[in-house]
Amino acid sequence: MYTVVIGVIGADVHAVGNKIIDHVLKEHGFNVVNIGVLSSQEDFINAAIETDAKAILVSSLYGHGELDCKYMKENMVEAGLSHVKLYVGGNIVVGKQDFTEVEERFKKMGFDRVYPPGTNIEHAVGDIKEDLADA
Amino acid sequence: MSVHLLVDFGSTYTKLTAVDLKKEEIVGTSRAMTTVKTDVLEGFNLALEKLQNAHPEMGDIEAVSACSSAAGGLKMAAIGLVEELTAEAAKRACLGAGALVEHVYTHHLSKKEIKQLKQSNIDIVLLAGGTDGGNKECIIHNAKKLADANLGVPIIVAGNKDAADEIDDIFSAATIEYYIVDNVMPKLKKLCVEEAKKVIRKIFITKIIEAKGINKAEEKTGEIIMPTPESVLMAAELLAKGHEDVEGYGELMVIDIGGATTDVHTIGEGSPKRTEVILKGLEEPFAKRTVEGDLGMRYSANALVSLVSPYEFKKYYEYHEENNIEESAKKRQDNVDYLPDTDEERAFDRALARICTDYSISRHVGTVEVVYTPLGNMYYQTGKDLTDIKYVIGTGGVLINSPDPKQILKEVNKKSDKKLELRPSDPSFLIDEKYILAAMGLLGQKHPKLALKLMKRHLK
Ligand code: B12
Repeated sequence: MYTVVIGVIGADVHAVGNKIIDHVLKEHGFNVVNIGVLSSQEDFINAAIETDAKAILVSSLYGHGELDCKYMKENMVEAGLSHVKLYVGGNIVVGKQDFTEVEERFKKMGFDRVYPPGTNIEHAVGDIKEDLADA
Repeated sequence: MSVHLLVDFGSTYTKLTAVDLKKEEIVGTSRAMTTVKTDVLEGFNLALEKLQNAHPEMGDIEAVSACSSAAGGLKMAAIGLVEELTAEAAKRACLGAGALVEHVYTHHLSKKEIKQLKQSNIDIVLLAGGTDGGNKECIIHNAKKLADANLGVPIIVAGNKDAADEIDDIFSAATIEYYIVDNVMPKLKKLCVEEAKKVIRKIFITKIIEAKGINKAEEKTGEIIMPTPESVLMAAELLAKGHEDVEGYGELMVIDIGGATTDVHTIGEGSPKRTEVILKGLEEPFAKRTVEGDLGMRYSANALVSLVSPYEFKKYYEYHEENNIEESAKKRQDNVDYLPDTDEERAFDRALARICTDYSISRHVGTVEVVYTPLGNMYYQTGKDLTDIKYVIGTGGVLINSPDPKQILKEVNKKSDKKLELRPSDPSFLIDEKYILAAMGLLGQKHPKLALKLMKRHLK
């Protein structure tokens, strides 16, 4: 059973998707540590340290995801979490931008996988299992 | 007449309170110097003699209960993983059990920290780290280090339960005295300190009382059932909650200014009072205690004055004459029995007490932090919001003996230069005039209703 940390980053209050992700991942046998909405990078990182999580799933819905996620990977490395997989999804940037560009930017920032708006979380479950099995 | 005698073996004084169970009143109180160096019973007997002489009508003593903070009280080290999470949870378990937390360590223990632990005179180590099912590598590493160090003090293991068996093997192989209890933070941000507190108290009763020579008192007093600060916390909780048909006072705060430390206890949820404020951090205990080892009237006088600049000191010191602050503090620290004998010296003590109050409250209350986000300002609260606290109760020699204790206690209030601190905005002040709070915490173990009534009658 893999432990994963989920939450919504920054000043973002969109709570519905977070509840659904929690539910779906639990159904798939994950040990879900949900830090909820309005979470800072530090909250994600501290939670992952104490719970020995294998992956962090960041949600951002309100358009400021890029700003909120800046240096997150660097901060994780600093905290001894370089082995922890990092994912992001939701509506991570403002408006409708070309997603391949967005994906590239987030990958440069150290995210392992970047999901476009409207991604079904079931779809990501397969990726997570695959990534964690390799690790 | 059936009298229940309550005894508090304090660091300076042994204090007695006699309660008449039938008449439901306090017969009298007395005190004598604590005599740990020779035989604690000397001080106790002297105080008892005083009490009996002053109240010849006092009949047979039916029961005795005692608490103690003599010989330095209970000193602990708290070890966790993340500073704000398991290390904080471990620290709260120690404080809630009435201990003084000498060291807090996070992550992997280093050689330097182990050396520090070896040199310090702590009584118990509390080892935490990891949620249940979470990180176990760190706590196991620390257990190994502690086993190698062989500190000669009991270790309470209150971390990730998945690591418990391995730690069990490590400590039993090293023949270390250890206790494995519930994780202080079993789930993220969930505080679970009851079992750890229970074991701290058990070790205190069976080992530490003996090691400090206070157990000699037990033949006369029966078991010493808890550290004094824990009885104060229990008294405060009883007074806040009430018992059966006797109503309590609701959310309240107790501030105890002593010679070595200042303790602050609050009973209350402390949840945000405004809807736009978001709560952060580890869950807060309903009955919360913090202890400041650098804020005390005598043993910590030097440390205390070093916290404030001479300019700031003057804000607390209402005497006009110039005073050499460092010298006056040193005089108190070098001579802990010192009693002020001039107006100037009394004013100096008052200034120290006001600083103890102001600073200890700053460290106890929660704070709000404004975060500027793309969507405007957001408010995050860490710790307890105590703005609505109804009562602030003062105890400890300097408050009890002061002609105007409320002037000192006013330092707890909201301040214009400390806007982000969630301090009480308009509390009523009560003084523990008869110095009975610890005694009432003890009495409350068996006679909660009576203890509650007596507190309501005598706190003024
Ligand atoms: C309901 C809602 C609100 C409610 C939220 C109530 C609440 N507490 O939850 C309220 C009214 C508060 C709100 C406020 C705002 N909102 Co709004 N809101 C919506 C709305 C209509 C639905 C969101 C929702 O619940 N969807 C249903 C859930 C199930 O889907 P989801 O959140 O997308 O999550 C799923 C997937 O995205 C995915 N997913 C999410 N995270 C991750 C992570 C990973 C790793 C993976 C694999 C998948 C994944 O899985 C989830 C489950 O299926 C959307 C529009 C829309 N139709 O999506 C706008 C929307 C998200 N909001 C928007 C905006 C702009 C705002 C505000 C800034 C408006 C304002 N100016 O005040 C504020 C921001 C407030 C704040 N501080 O966060 C924009 C964001 C635009 C952008 N990103 O460019 C949207 C897209 C509307 C729009 N088209 O403009 N909002």
